[in-house]
Amino acid sequence: MKSSLRFIKPGDWAVLLLLAAATAAMAPVVFKGGAAEKAVVRRDGVVVAELPLTRAARIEVPGALGTSVIEVQPGRARVAADPGPRQYCVRQGWLSQPNAIAICAPSHLSLSIAGRASSHDSLSY
Amino acid sequence: MSANGIELVPTADDHRIARYAAAAIALSVVEAAIPMPLPGVKPGLANIIILVVLARYGWRDAVWVSLLRVVAGSLLLGQFLAPGFFLSLAGALASLAALGLAMHLPARLFGPVSQSLIAAFAHIAGQLAVARLWLVPHDGLFYLLPFFAAAALLFGLANGLAAAKLLEDAGRIHR
Repeated sequence: MKSSLRFIKPGDWAVLLLLAAATAAMAPVVFKGGAAEKAVVRRDGVVVAELPLTRAARIEVPGALGTSVIEVQPGRARVAADPGPRQYCVRQGWLSQPNAIAICAPSHLSLSIAGRASSHDSLSY
Repeated sequence: MSANGIELVPTADDHRIARYAAAAIALSVVEAAIPMPLPGVKPGLANIIILVVLARYGWRDAVWVSLLRVVAGSLLLGQFLAPGFFLSLAGALASLAALGLAMHLPARLFGPVSQSLIAAFAHIAGQLAVARLWLVPHDGLFYLLPFFAAAALLFGLANGLAAAKLLEDAGRIHR
């Protein structure tokens, strides 16, 4: 049995390469889609600050125990300081993935990263 | 045997279209049993039949076989008039339109592989258009586009090669 390549005529190759190139050109759409876009700070579930992840910023947020510091750099955000006793949210470090979250429970604060498609983290059909 | 006086006499064309449609429907049912990672992505094996019919009997017969396949296939799978049926119909109409144009490409340079690839991309374009306008009116749908395009590339090529092989075999028998 000869190779099935003989069924591909010159024009077929052209069509194949063209469509393959088009497919490759579409691929970045997927990887851009989940990009982190802003940091959302909540106290008791209520949004108290939204910071775009495009430029650096440092804000102080009043929590239940005192003042916490949220720091934003391009593409990432962290809780830089928190008066909580165990410092879990501070030690979590930089958050950069959409839907990542650092919770400072004693302060009643949370810092989360919202991507463009923040309303779902899964889809089922 | 016409108890109520109405008699439909199937012509040779009807028989031929019915035979090919039956083959296409069988392939649709078979591929419905193949698990796929993404809903909506299917090999589209029935399109092999459409391509063969297009090459041997022309566009009109291909339209008949394709639409019969969509309607009867969805009836068998319990999808008739469900959203999946309209997606399937939109894809079939778009790819038939594309095939109507692609069949006029010079045969010396372009074979069933080109037609299959073009039809596969037209199929996802038609499907996504209906899905975006009607079922999922949100641009998030287009995140699926690269996956659909990759599937169309792969299955379009595979189906085109299968159709070319079938046409070659058929040509050998009839010659």
